[in-house]
Amino acid sequence: MGINNIFGRELNILNIGTSKFKEDLELQGQKVVDIDWEPPAGGDIELLNILDRFSSDEKVILANKKAVDIMINAHPILVDVDRALDVIPGMKPNLILHSGPPIQWDRMAGPMKGAIIGALIYEGLAEDEDSAVKLVESGKIEFAPCHEHSAVGPMAGIISPSMPVHVVHNRTYDNYSYCTINEGLGKVLRYGAFSDEVIQRLKWIEKEFAPVLKKALSLVEDGIDIKSLISQAVHMGDECHNRNKAATSLFFREITSYILETGVKMSIIKRILKFIKENEHYFLNLSMPACKAATDAAMGIEHSTIVTTMARNGVEFGIKVSGLGKDKWFTGPANMIEGLMFPGYKEEDANPDIGDSAITETYGIGGFMMGGAPAIVQFVGGTVKDAIEYSEKMYRITTAENNNFSIPTLDFRGSAIGIDLLKVIDTGILPIINTGMAHRTAGIGQVGAGLVTPPMDCFTKAIKEFDEVYGG
Amino acid sequence: MKKTLVKENSYYDSVTLMSLSSKVLGVDGVLEAVISMGTEMNKELLRNVGLATDESEAAGNNDLIIAISAADRNSYEEAIRLVEELLGSSRQGRTQGVEKKYRSIDEAVGDIDANVAVISVPGMYAAREARIALENDMHVMLFSDNVEIEDERKLKEMGREKGLLVMGPDCGTASINNIGLCFANEVRKGNIGIVGASGTGMQEIMVQIHRHGGGISQAIGTGGRDLHRDIGGIMMLEGLKALNKDDDTDVIVLVSKPPAEEVEAKMLDEVKDIDKPVVICFLDGEEENEQLADVSFVHTLYDAAITAVKLSGTGGKTDRDAGDPAEKVAEIKETLKKSQKYFRGLYCGGTLCTEALSIARDSFNSIKSNVAERGQEMLEDIHNYTGNVLLDLGEDEFTAGRPHPMIDPTLRNMKIVEEAEDGEVGVILLDFVLGYGAHEDPVGKTLESIDKARDIAKSNGRNIAFVAYICGTDMDRQDYGKQRKMLEKNGIIVANSNVEAVNMVIELLN
Repeated sequence: MGINNIFGRELNILNIGTSKFKEDLELQGQKVVDIDWEPPAGGDIELLNILDRFSSDEKVILANKKAVDIMINAHPILVDVDRALDVIPGMKPNLILHSGPPIQWDRMAGPMKGAIIGALIYEGLAEDEDSAVKLVESGKIEFAPCHEHSAVGPMAGIISPSMPVHVVHNRTYDNYSYCTINEGLGKVLRYGAFSDEVIQRLKWIEKEFAPVLKKALSLVEDGIDIKSLISQAVHMGDECHNRNKAATSLFFREITSYILETGVKMSIIKRILKFIKENEHYFLNLSMPACKAATDAAMGIEHSTIVTTMARNGVEFGIKVSGLGKDKWFTGPANMIEGLMFPGYKEEDANPDIGDSAITETYGIGGFMMGGAPAIVQFVGGTVKDAIEYSEKMYRITTAENNNFSIPTLDFRGSAIGIDLLKVIDTGILPIINTGMAHRTAGIGQVGAGLVTPPMDCFTKAIKEFDEVYGG
Repeated sequence: MKKTLVKENSYYDSVTLMSLSSKVLGVDGVLEAVISMGTEMNKELLRNVGLATDESEAAGNNDLIIAISAADRNSYEEAIRLVEELLGSSRQGRTQGVEKKYRSIDEAVGDIDANVAVISVPGMYAAREARIALENDMHVMLFSDNVEIEDERKLKEMGREKGLLVMGPDCGTASINNIGLCFANEVRKGNIGIVGASGTGMQEIMVQIHRHGGGISQAIGTGGRDLHRDIGGIMMLEGLKALNKDDDTDVIVLVSKPPAEEVEAKMLDEVKDIDKPVVICFLDGEEENEQLADVSFVHTLYDAAITAVKLSGTGGKTDRDAGDPAEKVAEIKETLKKSQKYFRGLYCGGTLCTEALSIARDSFNSIKSNVAERGQEMLEDIHNYTGNVLLDLGEDEFTAGRPHPMIDPTLRNMKIVEEAEDGEVGVILLDFVLGYGAHEDPVGKTLESIDKARDIAKSNGRNIAFVAYICGTDMDRQDYGKQRKMLEKNGIIVANSNVEAVNMVIELLN
């Protein structure tokens, strides 16, 4: 019947544009819904043309489904703790891994430089700050992003060869990821501190903590199921980026009996259990590699516009896109974090956005699940309503919902997963990340927390590259 | 003082901004005001009025430019206050209320079972929104202009494929199930269906059908380019077929400017298969050689309407307004001087302007118009002219950065006063379009300028005759009776149709 279908039928009208037409239709008793329209892609015609080429491209749709299915079906398990040099692919005695996209020493942020100095002292390669800097400047030390070695690290994200790392196995796709042991809050290496206290703690983790944990994990038949812990924790008010209280408790509950079973001296066991118990962020260094294992498996799917990495080095923010290969970064200047400063600190004290922890948002938790983590909301300076709005907004730039991680306050709707480059460009909505703020100066530590987004630059560069690769 | 501000990432639609600009221009001491998004076209406008700055040159499509030139600081600040107040309230309006907000068509269709999309976003984005609406099985009313013809063809092919209306681009008028979309008059429900490639042309036909006792089943707009060679009349033909199948339609009216030859052939071919009487109005076209059964060819909107009413079997009563205008015309004719040889038609409705040209042509040696398509009639300079002139003030050359005179009479009001300065002008012809989309009191907003024009003429020892036509019905929300009375009370001759108005002008000057 075609056109005749509308004759005599009730009109349900969408008005896109001037509201005058809506008003006049309402005068005629019509139901009209106004679209709160703004030019898509920020009004950029070049980007719009690219969007039009790909947004209904069957190949892109299928590739994205494949990529996101891989992310959802991933099953990360904590299986071991081992020395970085022995397990991380490509790790070398003179290689130091850092967070975010690649960066040279002279451009690095304060906290990252501090953490590298600390790592060189810890490795026994330098005695103090001066000799560490001299060593770096001699060119004998190499740097690379954690992300290029199947690893992730919070804040400065420094991994040096001797450091013990959590080994996470993606059981579904048989790939591995790695992350250091979280040192706790205060003066810690990841914020660029390198005092004796920091080095001693790192040594203790290496000499006493890691061997016991390794032994304990060897007693667990199938490893510790991190996916399951995240699923439970997000029903307990965590979003597993800035709030890991519940997840750390759940991990503590899982691991304690095995630690007891190791049969090491009770005095040591006490120290080990106390260390986990007193560090609410212990689980961050498990949720991050879990997300990394899942997103890595979804890399390199041709035609896919799904974002598989978001990471920052304190100077630049970098993303990777599945269809554009695992080696290609798209970067832009890292933003300042907006939120609350701890007492005694001012906004100018804060370093721009830093750390690999945005891998949690890449995997649809963290900021994306804020609506289900009301307790975190005040910490990052907002209201519960804001948080729910943020979570809901993320559905507009993602392609799927992950029912493994559901949000109680949204009637257990699955979290938004699979950030689609095309949707980000179309809507102008950037992924929301909730994160800690590091002091600009090495070694001072965390000065606040808040919300941040990647710069739009990353996405516009990526979509142009996508058009180069697939547009012809 | 002159100042140009840029607010990044603050999008407002052009109708909101244009009505804002005209309100700001109304502030005492404001000399020029351009409040617009930073598109290339708007930036050029700023350069032309000398308000461009480095900052405004760098502005993007999504940045708001507020450029105001004022006599002094106080009036500038007053203007800025007004801008902020008006923009502020519209922003608030967007966030208040419990109604769920939708940012895109995709988002909204899932929640409400939408079947029609009315699209009036800037042209460069419009085709995209229309495509998304069609993908979601919605009929489309595409008001936006400046859409690429290639995009128009694709959209219409998609519409044909899916059995959906694609009314436009640049479609101002439609009435689906007697619901007026965009610019439309309220008219009686009836058995005449219209497919038209011209906005005010359809309005005039609907109004005249109503006045002659008939009524409308559907009025489908196609946009002005539908019968262009590159489009091939896709929507005209689809609309025609749909009306042929429609049980509530007994007579079909097709209206457009004369189409491309091959398109006309295709159309007439299709018309042969229609089993209902068809009235074809090729406005300002040549006499047809073709004789087709059950097809009437006419060349004015007025004839289209009365022929359709006759065929529909519903007519009979003609609600001519009381009083004999001929007497009035004769009376006023006496007051014109011999040197006042010319008329100026200042139209809001483009098709009404074309119709006027087609009728007046035979009675004057020369008429120039910006809607003319014949070489010798084309108006070279829209600002500098003499003699008989018909202007469509809704053309882009007048409306760039300003509201369409149907929405806001300001633009035409300035023109009315201007024409009074010309000692050779005897008659000013005006149209007033009522209905949805149009200004709420067009006559009321114009009277002051008419007075001003008369004062100017009077101080030069002249009188100017004003002839007006109100394209509206007694059902329109502006109150036709009241609009008409206001004109008559002020000594303006009011015609019952555009054709009649033009004939009065002829009578006054010959």
